[in-house]
Amino acid sequence: MNKKLKQSIAFATFRLLGFLVVGVLFYILGFIVYNGAGVISWEFLTASPEEGMSAGGIFPAIVGTLCLVAGSVAIAFPVGVMSGIYIHEYLRNKWVARVIRVMTNNLGGIPSIVFGLFGMALFVQAFGFGDSILAGSFTLALLALPLVIRTTEEALKAIPGSYRAGSYALGAGKLQTIFRVTLPVAMPNILTGLILSVGRVSGETAPILFTVAAYFLPRLPSGIFDQVMALPYHLYVIATSGTDIEASRPMAYGTALVLVAIVLVMNLLATATRLRLGKKTKMD
Amino acid sequence: MIETKHVDFYYSGFHALKDISMRMEARTVTALIGPSGCGKSTFLRLFNRMNDLIDDTRVSGECLIDGEDIYHKSVAVDELRKRVGMVFQKPNPFPKSIFENVAYGLRVNDVRDKSFIACRVEASLRAAALWGEVKDKLRESAFALSGGQQQRLCIARALAVSPSVLLMDEPASALDPISTSKIEELIADLKRDYTIVIVTHNMQQAARVSDKTGFFMMGELVEFGETRMIFSDPVNEQTRNYVNGRFG
Amino acid sequence: MKWSRRFVERIIEGLFTLSGGVTSLIILLVVLFLFREGAGLFTSPSLEKGYTLCVHASNLTGEIDAREVKRIFDGEITRWEEVGAGEMTGEIDVFHASELPRVEDEAVMPRVLEEIVGGRRGIIAFLPDEFLPAGESVVKRLAAGRVTPGDFFAGDEWQPTVSPAPRLGVLPLVTGTLLVSFFAIILALVPGLGVAIYLAELAGSRARGWLKPAIELLAGIPSVVYGFFGLVVLVPFIQEVFDLPVGESALAGSVVLAIMALPTIITIAEDAIRGVPRALREASLALGATRWQTIYRVVIPRASSGITAAAVLGIGRAVGETMAVLMVTGNAAVMPRSLFEPVRTIPATIAAELGEAPSGGTHYRALFLLGCILFAITMVINLSAEFIATRGQGKGEGA
Repeated sequence: MNKKLKQSIAFATFRLLGFLVVGVLFYILGFIVYNGAGVISWEFLTASPEEGMSAGGIFPAIVGTLCLVAGSVAIAFPVGVMSGIYIHEYLRNKWVARVIRVMTNNLGGIPSIVFGLFGMALFVQAFGFGDSILAGSFTLALLALPLVIRTTEEALKAIPGSYRAGSYALGAGKLQTIFRVTLPVAMPNILTGLILSVGRVSGETAPILFTVAAYFLPRLPSGIFDQVMALPYHLYVIATSGTDIEASRPMAYGTALVLVAIVLVMNLLATATRLRLGKKTKMD
Repeated sequence: MIETKHVDFYYSGFHALKDISMRMEARTVTALIGPSGCGKSTFLRLFNRMNDLIDDTRVSGECLIDGEDIYHKSVAVDELRKRVGMVFQKPNPFPKSIFENVAYGLRVNDVRDKSFIACRVEASLRAAALWGEVKDKLRESAFALSGGQQQRLCIARALAVSPSVLLMDEPASALDPISTSKIEELIADLKRDYTIVIVTHNMQQAARVSDKTGFFMMGELVEFGETRMIFSDPVNEQTRNYVNGRFG
Repeated sequence: MKWSRRFVERIIEGLFTLSGGVTSLIILLVVLFLFREGAGLFTSPSLEKGYTLCVHASNLTGEIDAREVKRIFDGEITRWEEVGAGEMTGEIDVFHASELPRVEDEAVMPRVLEEIVGGRRGIIAFLPDEFLPAGESVVKRLAAGRVTPGDFFAGDEWQPTVSPAPRLGVLPLVTGTLLVSFFAIILALVPGLGVAIYLAELAGSRARGWLKPAIELLAGIPSVVYGFFGLVVLVPFIQEVFDLPVGESALAGSVVLAIMALPTIITIAEDAIRGVPRALREASLALGATRWQTIYRVVIPRASSGITAAAVLGIGRAVGETMAVLMVTGNAAVMPRSLFEPVRTIPATIAAELGEAPSGGTHYRALFLLGCILFAITMVINLSAEFIATRGQGKGEGA
């Protein structure tokens, strides 16, 4: 009976812990949604900040973040997918593969502020991009890269060897097999990784601090060498160093909610993509 | 003594065992044979209620060990499992030392007396014919042993809690022929003290080690009798085909 | 036709190969650039750029190190006898460039300086290079000291903008970073492990089905949002509960980091627990162990390397986390004495100061060197997590 009792106590504790932790996490989410929901309006989403960023909207920041996401994905996606293909389909030397894998993991583990420093030294100064969308996109692309590479590799790994063998048996070359058989089948999973990395990139602040983000710039960018405002940096600014922190609180709640919503939508989209495209390729 | 009366077993919708009645005498070896998926392993796992671990299963009928219905509400599952030891298809030692592996069953049952534990560990290892090979390296990891030694270690581990019944689920299928014959010798020795039920794919093995044999097919007990009779002169046509290697 | 297709294929395959090496290349570049910018620190003067320390020509003191300069200008050293190198005696007469009179014509400045220094024998003056009189003069320049590795790595003061001699000791920042991160993991480990066990062993498939994605979702919430939450909820809460003058503290940072580390820890630890072979569980249960005994005697020990890796990775993430920490820890660059005081971490320092540090200056280089330290710390942490995890995989492969 003694050990039965111990088990009951232990399990009750774990259940409690489980609910507690999940409760805390959801409290945070709920807090943001509850306080931010009242702020969100058409005007908030489409107007520029006014009165020392305590009124108006966040349109320039939304546009800026969109530019950065588009730019970084345009860089990270092709490079990441090609890298994944190389690692899984071409690389035969086990030792090299190990090194590359360790490097990719480590790249994913580098703190984002270090990317910020690096981006500033390389893209802003050495390449002479200045504080610009281009420099910011490259810096953010570095963050997204390991995620894209890893999901591509996983997606390729999940494809049975028989698919490839079938294609080779029909006389297709290696590249043809990759482009006509392997990649299309792996695409849903690769896209899932891509969408998740969009969620991540759109929320990063540290890498853009010194490469692109503008404190207050109520006009839209006209080219890739312009600075832009960005949602996460905007939230940081109005939460900590705006001209009137109390007055801009509602704006901060609204911005936080928009950020959370982006992550939420990206997650749902990723799941939907996996399910929908996964089904389609199965029926083919 | 183990006895089942009209036992049925279901995995969600699937009727895995159909009306099985069988009687296994104390201190005998009973072999369960039959093609893959015939229900023989499921049947074996009834006796230590291992099937309880799988969601959405249902059992009906009576399952008695020494006259007690082991599926009765009042039965504590962990107490039952102490009385009914089990050896699995693949050796599955814990990531602990050889000594701790054997002592595990005692420790989880709140035995704290060190000298008693040491005594039981030695006795169990001797009973499993492993003592001579490991007595100098009891503190080393169990993974340092060969596959056959690991399986005998798992047998010793099961013996340490002094069960009266020993269930063996294809205990030699992952082993080489020499290790297999050692396990078979061991079974013959253990028969003096334990009621043994063994599931096996290998019909020669069943013929060599068991007193009685039950032949299962599609969830039914097709034939049950003296091992000699089952292998030389079975009553049932299907049994004859199976033991003569026509299918399975 | 055939030839041209071959050619295109070779190009594409070449691109694949190039991309394959891209992550390694980036890491090399990161190391190269960070060190290139940072290493210059030890060859740059310890004084503010464009200024020189001067004394009266009769003063025989050769060089004063940066620490002494600071103490002199802070008024802690008042007599020349106390200055290490030199035979000068008497009261120190401190003069800072900010005290210079305004003049209409900058051409007269050198003469003004000569007058100031010439009239005061015990003077130590911090003067702009551009106005120093050329040639023989009563103004004697002291050789500028350099920032030494000792100052940087063992210095316990971080005051990069103090004039005339900024202090660039990283100890307060390193200590602050480690304090906040380790305490965060201590806070997060037990609940995280508890949830992992709950999810892997106890939760029904329905509960798991929605909890897992929810936790993954929370891992994706931007750190600035967690920081904002910490700022508006946690900081006032901590201030009130512990009755502190300010709520921004190491504790607030640790709690926010703990919350942020939870999803990582839960996910990795749960994978490790679920990865324990079924056969081991069954063996334990078959010996009469209860489920709980099986979990803590067999499952957890077997999953321990995965769980350790989870904790180590959690620390790695916490050490590098920038925005959330920047927003809630108060950022006081002093040696932390307790959890209830403001602290400043390495990433927060970089984020807060790089914007104001003039490019190429001493402060700028010091921040890059901080980046190097951060990079090295996280690299070591990540590699050890990987090592722990792979070592665990080899364990227990049975026959």
